Amino acid sequence: MRVGLFVTCLVDSMRPSIGFATINLLEAAGCEVTVPAQQTCCGQPGYNSGDRQAAIALAKKFLDEFEAFDYVVLPSGSCAGMIRVHYPELFRDDPAMLTRMSAVAQRTYELTDFLTHIAKLDKIPGTFKGTLTYHDSCSGLRELDVYKQPRALLAKMDGVTLNEMVESTTCCGFGGTFSVKYGELSTRMADNKCAHITDTHAGAIVGGDLGCLLNIEGRLRRNGDHTTRVLHVAEVLSGMDKEA
Amino acid sequence: MHNTSLQFKKQVTIKLADVRLQDALSRLQSRFVGGRAAVISEIHDLQETRTAAAAIRDRVLNNLEHWLLHFEQQATARGAIVHWAETGDDVNRIVTEIAAQHNVKTAAKSKSMVSEECGLNDALEQAGISVMETDLGEYILQLAHEAPSHIVAPVVHKNKEEIADLFAEKHNKPRKTDIAELCREAREVLRPAFLNADMGISGANFLIAETGSALIVTNEGNGRLVTTLPRVHVAITGIEKVVPTLEDVTTLLRLLPRSATGQSITNYVSVLTGTKKPEDHDGPEHFHIILLDNGRSKLVGSEMQEMLRCIRCGACMNHCPVYQNIGGHAYGWVYPGPMGSILTPMLSGIEKSPDLPNASTFCGACAVVCPVKIPLPDLLRRLREKQMQLGMKSRQETFMLRVWTWLALHPKFYALGNKIGVRILQLMGGKDKLIHRLPGAGGWTNGRDFPAPAGKTFRELYQQRKQS
Repeated sequence: MRVGLFVTCLVDSMRPSIGFATINLLEAAGCEVTVPAQQTCCGQPGYNSGDRQAAIALAKKFLDEFEAFDYVVLPSGSCAGMIRVHYPELFRDDPAMLTRMSAVAQRTYELTDFLTHIAKLDKIPGTFKGTLTYHDSCSGLRELDVYKQPRALLAKMDGVTLNEMVESTTCCGFGGTFSVKYGELSTRMADNKCAHITDTHAGAIVGGDLGCLLNIEGRLRRNGDHTTRVLHVAEVLSGMDKEA
Repeated sequence: MHNTSLQFKKQVTIKLADVRLQDALSRLQSRFVGGRAAVISEIHDLQETRTAAAAIRDRVLNNLEHWLLHFEQQATARGAIVHWAETGDDVNRIVTEIAAQHNVKTAAKSKSMVSEECGLNDALEQAGISVMETDLGEYILQLAHEAPSHIVAPVVHKNKEEIADLFAEKHNKPRKTDIAELCREAREVLRPAFLNADMGISGANFLIAETGSALIVTNEGNGRLVTTLPRVHVAITGIEKVVPTLEDVTTLLRLLPRSATGQSITNYVSVLTGTKKPEDHDGPEHFHIILLDNGRSKLVGSEMQEMLRCIRCGACMNHCPVYQNIGGHAYGWVYPGPMGSILTPMLSGIEKSPDLPNASTFCGACAVVCPVKIPLPDLLRRLREKQMQLGMKSRQETFMLRVWTWLALHPKFYALGNKIGVRILQLMGGKDKLIHRLPGAGGWTNGRDFPAPAGKTFRELYQQRKQS
């Protein structure tokens, strides 16, 4: 199957290794992966700040670049949710666009969801030895029902022990521009999350959305924790955490 | 009630540093979040029930005038008098007039958030009528001269020690710390108030159109006393609370207490219909029902109409990570949490509450637990869109968004901008690869480091890999 990879703007600039890890996993699952060169951002910053027109313009751009693929995959529940759930809503008054957008939205998946339900990846390419704990990012969890998928994939790795934290499904406080606009509140929410992570004594905190991971890592480090590793699930599954 | 939500950010700082409040809030979470989780599974067809509840509410809201007139007709036929109030001041005026008409000197009140909208207690006191709150939480707040911080558990921001101090001071009795003893002491003060009151004032959780009844859901029994003992009963509620039939109400009642307090059913569900009949043992001689608009009708037919489904259970705030960390007072008006962040701008003025629609991560926990399936994050986003249209966003934010969108629509410039950006960030990261201070993003770096990028974008590395 032909998969268009949307690496997302955060991965593009902040942690490219997640993009390569994603390619690695998709190829291991037998996909033919293409990375459209013109891709940029899904439009969520504008959309969630009240700039609907900006989101519509970027949704159209996405459609031009990704409509031709059998599937579109993103290493982010938040950006995948934007496309699957919110793109069609942007065109509720434009029936022709709505049809096209809904069709591609239904073929768009968050990475672990895709690997579990569509590509059915059985043999995990990476190796990992140690304990980890998993943070469920909000959009993936509540918009796309991503909860069991990453756990099922990680469970296939021999060396992985999962120590669940309490309230793994509670928001870490990232929320895009919220993290800067309401920094104090966001920091407190991150602090609560970090306390739950620390309580598990896991060697690594793993998640599926880089925004949340940067937020969690930022607070852990500021609190003086320089040892707990903060990893994207794609890095762990592909074995590319060694490079991160 | 005066809206102080312009102070939201300042309040957040204060509330986050308030040790007592934080302690009280931590208990709220276990009690209400855990409480709901324990009983909500008793509803085996939960999603279907939520859908049915939303449909019942929508059926009313899509034809609100019809159902309100139907309710008025039925209530009037059973001896009640229905009043229509456009604003909170109108409610205060109507209640004061009713009081004057019946020579009312004292009033006993059960819990009503709508009366908080109106500032009713102050208005009555000014008219020379003494008012006693009889819901335990509201009574404590009346003694402390404070506003509720939660729509179901109004005094949730206070701990037992604070209440013990308050009672000792106001009741002028030895300080007690045993909860049962504190309750008994309050009861001793409240009993005479019920018996002496000329007027009982309550809210109404629902209005039932087919019978003209007001329904209240309570736990303490004070609601029953207030609505049956005094000569005059005044029920005040919002125009959106009407429901077609008793059967419809039973569906909503399966969800309300479970969502609110984690109870399968509350201790009391009182259906109050008409005035006292000759054969009745108790009940009011005069029953007035005041229906408040206060901006609600503007939501009907608008893209915000779904908010009027709300049955005031409080589940959205109990599950909101923002509310859980700051409590209700920070929001600055009557209704806190996600529902309040929508109702406050809609009812009290969008320009007066610029922060509330934005102070959400859109985590979606509220929408998952809402018993009537209000798409709270979507409504908050619509308010952000309205703010954008009204030019309420700061120049800096609007500029940044424009630049970002322009770049995202022009991939060549976007790639170049990112390429330069990540190199600067890499340099700023220094040895430990952490940025400790980032100009323009102090909101982030005041409390967190910013993990620095590796120095090359995915786009660059991918090109390199393809070429090699």
